[in-house]
Amino acid sequence: MDSKNSACGNPNPNPTLGPSKLMLAFRFLRALSLVHRTTPASSRTCRGRRIERAAYASMAYSAGTGRGWSRAVLRRLHHRARRRAVAPRRLSTTAGNRAEALRQLVPGGAGMDYCTLLEETADYIKCLTMQVELMQGIVDSSSSYGP
Amino acid sequence: MSSRRPRSWQSSSASRITDEQINDLVSKLQAVLPEARIRRSDRVSAAKVLQETCNYIRSLHREVDDLSERLSELLASTESSSAQAAIIRSLLM
Repeated sequence: MDSKNSACGNPNPNPTLGPSKLMLAFRFLRALSLVHRTTPASSRTCRGRRIERAAYASMAYSAGTGRGWSRAVLRRLHHRARRRAVAPRRLSTTAGNRAEALRQLVPGGAGMDYCTLLEETADYIKCLTMQVELMQGIVDSSSSYGP
Repeated sequence: MSSRRPRSWQSSSASRITDEQINDLVSKLQAVLPEARIRRSDRVSAAKVLQETCNYIRSLHREVDDLSERLSELLASTESSSAQAAIIRSLLM
């Protein structure tokens, strides 16, 4: 995803969909409609959690496997069913413990060297911002036209 | 504790990472933070940028969580056809 030059995070109320945003939208909406069709109406919390997982999954798939954070997200999602216990965080001693709080927030951050962590964080924030804008846009337009 | 650590953040076999490279990466990070949190024109410390980055990521995670719940309620409350229509409209706008 070549978004290094684009300035994300601008407070544009109606963001035009570029190619990467369009892919993100398609993936997420497809996942959303799958959740809608397959989750019983009664289990609201379950549906909310499934939607949240769909959000991170479509984010990670759209970013591709070239990013450490997206690989980490997909690993976590695929292993969720098998391993409920949280694996102990392995802090790489050669990389040092700089920015420990950040390492815990960025998927896969624990094992990255400091420079990679900074790069990955910038990309992760761009993608997260896009995902949030997408979800907000869906909610906004639904409440404009909804009952 | 013993004396301060040697100034080699990377293992010796990896490429030398200069302070300049790190400053460059930190300023790129500063550029993706919203203006409300940190003014991009200001020269702020790396520690401040990292702190604001953490705060921003936490708030984004909370937004995803909150929006997921709202979308869940949306799917539950509307008829499936009008929900899908609203979703498609949001794509086209």
